[in-house]
Amino acid sequence: MSSFLKKTLSGIKVAHHKNTKDCETVVMPIPQKVSLPMLQHMGAPCEPLVKVNDTVCVGQLIGSSDKFMSAPIHSSVSGRVAAIEEFINPLGVRTQSAVIETDGEQRVDPSVKAPVVTNKEEFLAAIKASGLIGLGGAGFPTHIKLNPPKPEQVDTLVINGAECEPYITTDYREFMENGEEVLEGIGHVARYLELKYVKIGIEDNKPEAIAKMKELCAGHEGYEVVALKSSYPQGAEKVLVYETTGRVIREGQLPADAGVIVMNVSSVGFVARYLKTGMPLVTKRITVDGTAVAEPKNVVVPVGTHISDVMEFCGGYKKEPKLILMGGPMTGIAVYDDAFPVIKNNNAILAFDEEFINIEPETPCIRCGRCVQACPFDLMPAALEKAYKAKDVDALKALKVNLCMECGCCSYVCPAKRNLAFTNRMAKKFLRENTSK
Amino acid sequence: MSKNLWIAPAPHVKDKASTGSIMLCVTAALLPTLFASTYIFGFRALLLTLVCVASCVIFEYLYRVLTKQSNTILDFSAVVTGLLLAYNLPSTFPIWMAMIGCFVAIVVVKQLFGGIGQNFANPAIAARVVLLVSFSKDMANFVIPTFKDGVITRVVGATPLASINAQMPTLADHSELMFGGVEGVPDIFMMLFGIRGGSLGETCAITLLIGGIYLICKKIISPIIPLTYIGTVFVLSWLLGVNPVQQVLAGGLILGAFFMATDYTTSPVTKKGKYIYAVGCGLLTVLIRLFGNYVEGVSFAILLMNIVTPLIDRYTKTRPFGGIAK
Repeated sequence: MSSFLKKTLSGIKVAHHKNTKDCETVVMPIPQKVSLPMLQHMGAPCEPLVKVNDTVCVGQLIGSSDKFMSAPIHSSVSGRVAAIEEFINPLGVRTQSAVIETDGEQRVDPSVKAPVVTNKEEFLAAIKASGLIGLGGAGFPTHIKLNPPKPEQVDTLVINGAECEPYITTDYREFMENGEEVLEGIGHVARYLELKYVKIGIEDNKPEAIAKMKELCAGHEGYEVVALKSSYPQGAEKVLVYETTGRVIREGQLPADAGVIVMNVSSVGFVARYLKTGMPLVTKRITVDGTAVAEPKNVVVPVGTHISDVMEFCGGYKKEPKLILMGGPMTGIAVYDDAFPVIKNNNAILAFDEEFINIEPETPCIRCGRCVQACPFDLMPAALEKAYKAKDVDALKALKVNLCMECGCCSYVCPAKRNLAFTNRMAKKFLRENTSK
Repeated sequence: MSKNLWIAPAPHVKDKASTGSIMLCVTAALLPTLFASTYIFGFRALLLTLVCVASCVIFEYLYRVLTKQSNTILDFSAVVTGLLLAYNLPSTFPIWMAMIGCFVAIVVVKQLFGGIGQNFANPAIAARVVLLVSFSKDMANFVIPTFKDGVITRVVGATPLASINAQMPTLADHSELMFGGVEGVPDIFMMLFGIRGGSLGETCAITLLIGGIYLICKKIISPIIPLTYIGTVFVLSWLLGVNPVQQVLAGGLILGAFFMATDYTTSPVTKKGKYIYAVGCGLLTVLIRLFGNYVEGVSFAILLMNIVTPLIDRYTKTRPFGGIAK
């Protein structure tokens, strides 16, 4: 289709706050204790495979599930299992968690060795064994994503390097520090899945990353670096696919139905490292930033490290924290305690002091229409809120609340300070409960 | 371990704009016109405006207190209503009648229907129409300013629209209305600066346009409604053989198109809806002006389109991205 007819998806301008952009990644020393929840991904939780007092090594499988939609959990440290306890995650979901007291030796498990991969089946098996999930935030198990029902329809790999959330710079650091590995990982995925085209989407507020990847991609046929406009939420899957390929993922479809597989840049970088070393996903690079953090940094932490330990490594709190987020300010989860562990799909820990918090009371909707203008998918959040309050199933269906990706643009722009995105989330749940019967 | 952390649903950052800040911007956009009106129509214009603003705020405050509801005067919407209502009155209008108008606007049209965001019509427009049918004589008691040698002189008389209307049936063909100077209608330059008869805040096109452009630049209003509304009036007047420039400048169109028809609560939310609404406003305005009993049609047109806004909204829903028809 000619480009001037192309529909443009809306979005919002949010202050970027990429303060840690030039903070080279540092590795954090091993903490005294880690907690490894058995649910760190989208899907079914794992069953713990270790008992109290067991000795574990780095990379050892400690949790798995026989369910289709799941991803195994590995120990990120060597030490002793101190407890298998009930764990309530910040969203209120109860699972089990393995608490491991570290011995500081970081002995590597003998099972950790580079996998032998010669074909697609072996590749997918290796990805499954690595415990990899979508590192961009959603935590979708990668081995399922790479194994769509109709693989012959898929021809394009889209790499998500948009990083549209404010503050977070981990994907940018992955490009700058491990660009070669990113390209190698892309090569593996494209080769084993027989994908012809590769689109690397990067927001244009990261010109260094765009230049570097363009340079690396030169000479690779079918590879293209796409500079995206810096507007939130360019990194949302459907938005990214549309902006990089022009394809529309329709209601009820997965990216594979539009011929696309979307992977985060850090995920493909990990694929390359895993095929070389066989070390499962046991560490994670996170951005630590916010007005209450003494020394903002990009840190590689063992999965399961408690937020409080990460903060200590970053110089502690310089002001009393009042809001701690796992993830960015647009979609991150506010935690009620800094004892929560960092899990695989966290990409930031942000701590803010009182001054940052600006919770204003909701006032009546004045029908200004800003939410409609801001919604990337042209939904009508104010009308959805009305329909949800009236518990009107038909209206919610007609207004397509199921298409909402909870990006938060509507809540962001609302002058009446209404929590529209949260209402949409509730409305989606309500609709699911009332249509399955 | 740190405790006492805030828990709230995402997003955790929000835009600075609030209902109050938007209303303050609208107030600011209306202020240049207040200075112009005071200059053109004298101190009485300023006094009447201040009375209307104060009455609207006081009525809103009292109603909320008496009905034990939260205090909403700090969202400044009552201030905007007071300003707009005053701008729709002749500068000679009796104070006590203006206060009745404020009561109708704030209590009857706005608060009885649930307060801000719930009113079925723009409070100032509805109140103006109530005053127009209740006190027709006082509502038509216009002052005609003339500007000569740097001095404004004021006499009682008819507005330019009334002059055009009065002469329409007596003319053999309309070409004079189209091209000739119509008696009682000042030249375009005078009309741009508001030196003509009319309601106190509607005459000065220059200051109204400055305010309107400011609101568009601040993204508080979309240009769709004012431009489509004024465009429709222009084209339709032209087709019907009256001078389109006079039709745009001689009545309350510019005030109505930029500041009253764009009221969020009573205009459609989607772009498509806004076009339909604005064309409707323009159509009704011209039809009422040229064929109706009233000289001016802007307030009736907007009021009627306010009332059909829920219907327009219903048929102009957005089509979600990637959505499939069921």
